[in-house]
Amino acid sequence: MDYLMAFLIGGLICAIGQVLMDFTPLAPAHVLVLFVTLGVILSALGLYQPLVDLAGAGATVPLPGFGHTLARGVIEEVNKYGLLGILTGGLRSAAAGITAAIVFGYAMALIFNPKPK
Amino acid sequence: MSKITQEQQDYQQFVNRIKPKPPYLRNIIMAFLVGGIICTIGQAILNFYVSLGLEKTKEASAATAVTLVFLGSLLTGLGIYDQIGKRAGAGSIIPITGFANSIVAPAMEYKSEGYVFGVGAKMFVVAGPVLVYGITTSALVGLIYYLLKF
Repeated sequence: MDYLMAFLIGGLICAIGQVLMDFTPLAPAHVLVLFVTLGVILSALGLYQPLVDLAGAGATVPLPGFGHTLARGVIEEVNKYGLLGILTGGLRSAAAGITAAIVFGYAMALIFNPKPK
Repeated sequence: MSKITQEQQDYQQFVNRIKPKPPYLRNIIMAFLVGGIICTIGQAILNFYVSLGLEKTKEASAATAVTLVFLGSLLTGLGIYDQIGKRAGAGSIIPITGFANSIVAPAMEYKSEGYVFGVGAKMFVVAGPVLVYGITTSALVGLIYYLLKF
């Protein structure tokens, strides 16, 4: 059941991204920025967590889920550390993903060369 | 504006009828399928980490993100991810594997410009804006939350 919901909701979020890319002048990078920002805002308003509860990885794997991680972290750390949490919370909760992206990304770029198009 | 003759109108209709439509529907279906499949794989990885005893919302979901980022980077390096992307569009861009792809692809492409201005800088052509807007919005959310709370 959790697989089905992950498939449906994850697929739906990507389909919305495709609609934005095909029917508006937005480039893929714009859509990514928009989705992360929306994820942060929806999560802050308490609207994204229900989607995560419903769809699991279907909501956390697409980029709005990254925004959700940032927002969740910042709210948690403001509760814990007050003012300083505003600056530490987002990155602390997203640290693993961001560091992995930089380290693996750098390593793969060193190892591999682009395929001829 | 000069009046369009009946002939021109007919011709226009003829052209509209036979010219290939951009495959909007196919694009959306492919994005849905591929995006859905990547998320389903994510769910399987998440369930695996939970079964190992990792706490679900933080540890297991961070481990899942790391695993998917690794897979996305590797498949990009091997040239496989961009093959998927040609068909899947947003289905391969929106998941976190696409975020990894957006880092590795330009970093490889610009390797010839050196390891600092090429690889180091171009890694963030797309990932940079994502981080800037994501992190800045999160700080704003934190500030507003702080002001409302205290």
